[in-house]
Amino acid sequence: MMRWRDFDWLLIGLVLLISLLGIGEIHSATLATKFAAVWVKQAYFLAAAIILLVVFSQIDYKLILEASPWLYLVSVGALAAVLVLGKAIFHSRRWIPVAGSHLQVSEFVKLVIIVVVARYCGEARLNLAWKDVVRVGVLVGLPAGLVLLEPDLGTALTYIPIAIVGLLLGGMRWRQLGLLTLGFVLMLPVAWHGLHPYQRARLEGFMQPQLDPLGSGYQVLQSKIAVGAGGLWGQGMAQGSQTRGEFLPVPHTDFIFAAFSEEYGFVGALALLGLYLVLLMRLIHHAQLAPDRSAGMVVMGVVAVLAFHVLVNVGMVVGLMPVTGIPLPLMSSGGSSLLFMFAALGMVMNIRMARFVN
Amino acid sequence: MPQILDRKDKLPEGRLQLVQWLIVLGFLGLGFGLWQLQILQAAKYAQLAEQNRVRTEPIPAPRGKIYDRLGRLLVDNYPSFSAYLQRDTRNNWKADLPLIASGLAIPLDDLQARVTRFHAAPYYQPIPIKEDITVADEAFIAAHRDQFPELETIMASRRLYPKNGFAAHLIGYVGEPSDAQIAREIANGNLHPGAVVGKSGLEQYYNRQLMGQDGERRVMVDSHGRVVGTLSDSPPQPGQDLHLTLDENIQMAAELALGDRPGAVVALDPTTGGVLALVSRPSFDPNLFAQGLPAKQWQQWVNDPDHPLLDKAIQAQLAPGSVFKLVMSVAGLQENVAETKTVDCQGVFYYGGHPFKCWIAARHEVHGVLNIRQAITQSCDVYFYTLGNELGIGMIDKYAFALGLGKPTGVDLPQEAKGLVPTPQWKEKRFHQPWYKGETIDVAIGQGAVTATPMQLARLVGGIASGGHFPRPHLDSDAADTAGFDLPLTPATVTTITDGMRGVVNDGGTAASAHLEGVDFGGKTGTAQTISNQMLHTITGSHRQYIDNAWFVGVSPVVNPRIAVCVLFQRGAEGSFAAQIAAKVVQAYYRGQQRAERGQ
Repeated sequence: MMRWRDFDWLLIGLVLLISLLGIGEIHSATLATKFAAVWVKQAYFLAAAIILLVVFSQIDYKLILEASPWLYLVSVGALAAVLVLGKAIFHSRRWIPVAGSHLQVSEFVKLVIIVVVARYCGEARLNLAWKDVVRVGVLVGLPAGLVLLEPDLGTALTYIPIAIVGLLLGGMRWRQLGLLTLGFVLMLPVAWHGLHPYQRARLEGFMQPQLDPLGSGYQVLQSKIAVGAGGLWGQGMAQGSQTRGEFLPVPHTDFIFAAFSEEYGFVGALALLGLYLVLLMRLIHHAQLAPDRSAGMVVMGVVAVLAFHVLVNVGMVVGLMPVTGIPLPLMSSGGSSLLFMFAALGMVMNIRMARFVN
Repeated sequence: MPQILDRKDKLPEGRLQLVQWLIVLGFLGLGFGLWQLQILQAAKYAQLAEQNRVRTEPIPAPRGKIYDRLGRLLVDNYPSFSAYLQRDTRNNWKADLPLIASGLAIPLDDLQARVTRFHAAPYYQPIPIKEDITVADEAFIAAHRDQFPELETIMASRRLYPKNGFAAHLIGYVGEPSDAQIAREIANGNLHPGAVVGKSGLEQYYNRQLMGQDGERRVMVDSHGRVVGTLSDSPPQPGQDLHLTLDENIQMAAELALGDRPGAVVALDPTTGGVLALVSRPSFDPNLFAQGLPAKQWQQWVNDPDHPLLDKAIQAQLAPGSVFKLVMSVAGLQENVAETKTVDCQGVFYYGGHPFKCWIAARHEVHGVLNIRQAITQSCDVYFYTLGNELGIGMIDKYAFALGLGKPTGVDLPQEAKGLVPTPQWKEKRFHQPWYKGETIDVAIGQGAVTATPMQLARLVGGIASGGHFPRPHLDSDAADTAGFDLPLTPATVTTITDGMRGVVNDGGTAASAHLEGVDFGGKTGTAQTISNQMLHTITGSHRQYIDNAWFVGVSPVVNPRIAVCVLFQRGAEGSFAAQIAAKVVQAYYRGQQRAERGQ
């Protein structure tokens, strides 16, 4: 029972605008390279994503919450299958071939984790016991560990904010949060030991890019050069010298914000960040008005993922964060990420419309 | 069942707001990051971006060509490729050196030494590592463009010198500038390590004129170093050509006449000072420098006792021997001492109880009574001992300096030696000893401490025969300020000396074997000891290196000459051998004149 009146047209408009800017930037950044046709593919994905959004907006979120244990089991199974069977691309097993395209399973698992965490934390009443914290930790930690094994540190990291926001809103005590943070900090040296050499190199490159300007620090330095060269007003559409000269690595995926900043400058980059911020505030608004805690928790899960992606990706582009391979949602080229975002927004749309139901 | 929206069904408001503010804070951080990069440090990053994509490539200017007096090409250029290292294209380029060295067949030590030499140079400046690369080298570089992005090639025009060391000393050669040269010339243009500059001879003396001004091309490159566009192009200014006074035919005759003998030949046009020929032996092949001289060859040249790299025509400072009697004659005649003077040569001259022998005494002969003209022809030592004793060292020095000895001629070649005219002051300063009159007797026949270069002696003989006109010797036909100096000689002085010189190459003279039929040719021989007689007696074993140097200075025609020649034949034993070489040079001059007349 579609009710167009209850659709959040502002939200849809923001999302479409950002996505279209993304397609334009992909086109501009890949002119005269072997990726020149990628923007067309992205446009098809956008069309598919819009359909997915409409579909999800029509599925009662309560049904999805009901089914979440089963969805979770299927997800963990799928991640395990990817590990065993998945096609090795770029030295990591993230994709499984579906209908001629490669879908990144870990993106869709995100959706399931959002729902699982929302259900668990939404049902718990106020003060969480350590038992609850551990349960949520395991719930998120298991799929995150599987993704980490692929190895895809970036995506695995994106699961963590879902758990944190869920626990925070679910009623975790401050003492628990403090102890968890302390434990995390103490674990850092151990984690460093477990990182792959290329991941360590990335971190070192982030800390001191000038040490090895043509090696692992190259991406960070080139990204900062591209952003800085944009100046106040930018160099204009398809005019970015760093992007066009192929100095900026992967300008249509992880570093698309750098390409955008070079072409549209400080003004354009701030405006784009503004769009994301308005989008996030709009989503938090929906979370506040959600019909129940679980529903609000679902929306906040989406907020957590989106905000984490934007902060980490743009932080990396401007040199405030290490290179982690986390794409900029809605803009970076890549179908899986786009489809996930729109499916998640479809759920939010359903939750929003549900509050008008009496 | 109606849902009551009570607080318990809502998310905790405070924590929701906390998340909200954390997000806003994060975005503020991002905005701050952007502000830093795009506003505060925009200029810095714009410059970095510029360096990323703009590279300056030098376009070497072709050096000026060198022609002889009739426009015959002596030194040409040919296009060739050089390999160089562009250090800023790659971080760990040093690790590639062993592979590059073996790929281009350069000794690794040489390559590393070269890289070290450029250590202080700006990083963007290319290091030339191999000049005149082969087709195989080019193929190696092209095939490894991705592996060694720092390895690049550049087209340059390279010097092509005459073969077999022809005119090698006067032309000189080019090479990389020394650090001292860079420091000296840096203010005058685009001189930098890796530039090509003249290192000796005319190439060095006229370097600024020959070198031109390198151009440069600013190109845009992508991250693979591929050129994607040209931003600006300032073309090189080619060096100016050099037109010499040299005559290729006379030069060739002089080269052939001297052959493999160590020594030098200088031929001048006494009316202008223009150098017609300039030879030094042994010679070297300057083309080897253009291709990167092997260290072994360099060592061999440097250690050769005959000094192939030395331009003896202007750098050999040797006792002139009897050629110095021309100076004595001028002094005696100008001072009205010698005109009517006769001396009875009995083979020996006594001064202070010490005997000074005439060269003819070794043949157990005597010259008998001679006037000055005969003394020149016979090169009688006793006559000039007597004259020298009479004139005294002060007068001899005065005329030696006045005839251009003891100071550079000013020829347009680098590192000209100035020879030595010994004076009592010089001896006092050098040895802290007074001048002994006996030394004057030695100097009178061109022995003792007096030394001169072939260039000085060629100008000297030409100037005397021309009546005292001594233009500055020069090779560049456009040279300015060639006037030189004058020493007005009386007609009697000139006639007496030229008559005496004419006799030298005729019956009874010391170089009768150099007689040229139908050619007015005269001169003066010299046989100069390289060490004193007393020293020679103390030496046992091989005396080869102490054999006397043979000199000859000649002019033709003898009065108002068109050509003056000086020949130094080291260890030639007798001046007449040098005179025969000079005769061939004079012959070549007249053959050229005849050709010119026929041609007109």
